[in-house]
Amino acid sequence: MTGKFFEPQRRLDRAALVIAFGLAVVAGVMLWDSARLADLGGYSGVGPASVPRVVAAVLLLLAVWTGIAAFRGDFPARPRQDPGPVLWIVAGLALQLLLLHVAGFSIATGILFALTARAFGKRNLALTLPVGIALSFVVWVVFSQLLMLHLPAGPLELLFFQKG
Amino acid sequence: MGAFDFLMQGLVTAADPMMLFYALIGVTLGTAVGVLPGIGPALTVALLLPVTYRLDPAGSLIMFAGIYYGGMYGGSTTSILLNTPGESASIITALEGNKMARRGRGGPALATAAIGSFIAGLIATLLLAFLAPSIVKVALVFGPREYFALMVLAFVTVSAAFGDSALRGLTSLFLGLALACIGIDQLSGQARLAFGVPELLDGVEVTTLAVAMFAIGEALAIAGQGKVGREEVLAVKGSVWMTKTDWKRSWKPWLRGTAIGFPIGAMPAGGAEIGTFLSYATEKKLTKHPEEFGQGAIEGVAGPEAANNASAAGTLVPLLTLGLPTSATAAIMLAGFQQFGLQPGPLLFATNPTLVWGLIASLLIANAMLLVLNLPLIGLWVKLLTIPRPWLYAGILLFATLGTIGANPSTFELGMLLGFGVLGYVMRLFGYPIAPIVVGLILGPMAEQQLRRALAISQGDWTVLVQSPIAAVLLGIAALALIVPLILRLRGKGAVLSQLAGDED
Repeated sequence: MTGKFFEPQRRLDRAALVIAFGLAVVAGVMLWDSARLADLGGYSGVGPASVPRVVAAVLLLLAVWTGIAAFRGDFPARPRQDPGPVLWIVAGLALQLLLLHVAGFSIATGILFALTARAFGKRNLALTLPVGIALSFVVWVVFSQLLMLHLPAGPLELLFFQKG
Repeated sequence: MGAFDFLMQGLVTAADPMMLFYALIGVTLGTAVGVLPGIGPALTVALLLPVTYRLDPAGSLIMFAGIYYGGMYGGSTTSILLNTPGESASIITALEGNKMARRGRGGPALATAAIGSFIAGLIATLLLAFLAPSIVKVALVFGPREYFALMVLAFVTVSAAFGDSALRGLTSLFLGLALACIGIDQLSGQARLAFGVPELLDGVEVTTLAVAMFAIGEALAIAGQGKVGREEVLAVKGSVWMTKTDWKRSWKPWLRGTAIGFPIGAMPAGGAEIGTFLSYATEKKLTKHPEEFGQGAIEGVAGPEAANNASAAGTLVPLLTLGLPTSATAAIMLAGFQQFGLQPGPLLFATNPTLVWGLIASLLIANAMLLVLNLPLIGLWVKLLTIPRPWLYAGILLFATLGTIGANPSTFELGMLLGFGVLGYVMRLFGYPIAPIVVGLILGPMAEQQLRRALAISQGDWTVLVQSPIAAVLLGIAALALIVPLILRLRGKGAVLSQLAGDED
């Protein structure tokens, strides 16, 4: 779990170039979207498309500026990153999102809890998964039954509370 | 009626047992998140927004303000005992405070921080109460162009004036402004950047962005650092009481810290930490014991701690009187007001004085509660620092997603949470500040509306924006705040500015 995510600082900063490209893409999407708006400026001469166009123009300028900074290597040195734990947390969030409406809040969030704990070094899923599901279930009971928040119920919740 | 009468009426509102209970929850939660490294008041308020949706508006806002004040108190504990600031406004406290704790003087360090915070909170809250009515009077004549100028000033100071790079600050701000364009245009009703996705018609939720940036981005960044050895928590040895010399050396820094922190907080400059830096520098210059600085000088704890509490109260001045947030926490609190259909600003003082003055008065009560929570009960908070990191961050993510699911249990919303979380991680990695993107999303639509109103009134004449003296001065200051730091950085004097980076709280 100690892969190198980023190479040491180079003269040409490729990651920063990617950021510059990304900013330009966002600006392009905004310009494209604003083109189909009926620009009803009315009295002011400033319609719904004006502000997105200005923001897009500035983003384009910032993309160029970022590009120049990338060529000059102006970006600060980045801390070395360990991709393993980051991916565990992202996987936890993605699983929660996919399972939320199928398995219910407690199970989906319990999985997120266990995978996050794993990312921070608690690897024993046989321990963290039950703890996570139990804790999420308590949270579900408190927030959905007492504070009337709408949290999706699954098989586990319906076992205890018939109509959620 | 003068401010004094209003304040007395507010105290009656705030002394209601239910309100006292909300304040107590707020300050307790605030102290806890202040103590825990990695979560700050901005995140906590964002997490609680969906939960408080059905609760009493006054009570919820009192709770939010309690969290803000409590966060400022709690952060000092972590700084002093762990040498890791609990939140960004306590970075400076760690310099001298941790040295004091290492020399066995942790007790007096905690005491001067808590008592200094109390005195600063008291003075600054009274200043807030007595200044607010006169600012409201001025603000009543503000039209769309003045508000637009004010927001431009806030944009510039939050993004470009401080921090180590104008490029990254502005990029973060304009990403926020781009996100703010998503949804139905408020004036013409046309859908912008929604791409036919119905969930996007309402725009991007501020809470989703804030929770993703502050909780998920932060958790990813810390996880990515891999194994970092745990730092030991220093035990509080000896008496927590300050000696006579401690008092003598502390009271002036408390007052100076308050005098520095309050105006800094009230200015749209993006956070409480700037005041703490200035206060530390002042104390270092004025001290009679210069040899102790760097070794644990009590002045270096007393001043900055007073400054960060005073600036928390200062932040509430523009928020309550103008509806203008000057820090990330204030920005989220503004979203809290809006959730209850309230718009902070001069009109709120006229339409809902009970709520505004109850809120201000409750701050005085919260401040007294915090002194009790933080001095005799300090041992309890220290225990919080011993929670193992896997459980802590797993719990943080549990509650982070709970807030979003509670507000809108849709897969799309969770997808946005994940997407923005990854964006927040990448931004942290490349040194982009987080506060500007949040402020851009919140203030962007308001600034656009005011601009278009101003231009509609003038029938498209742009010069109207600088024809009012107030608007012209505000825009002038904004231009200076953008250009002067750029020149300073070009001439190699950027180090001071990056020291003053305003980030989170």
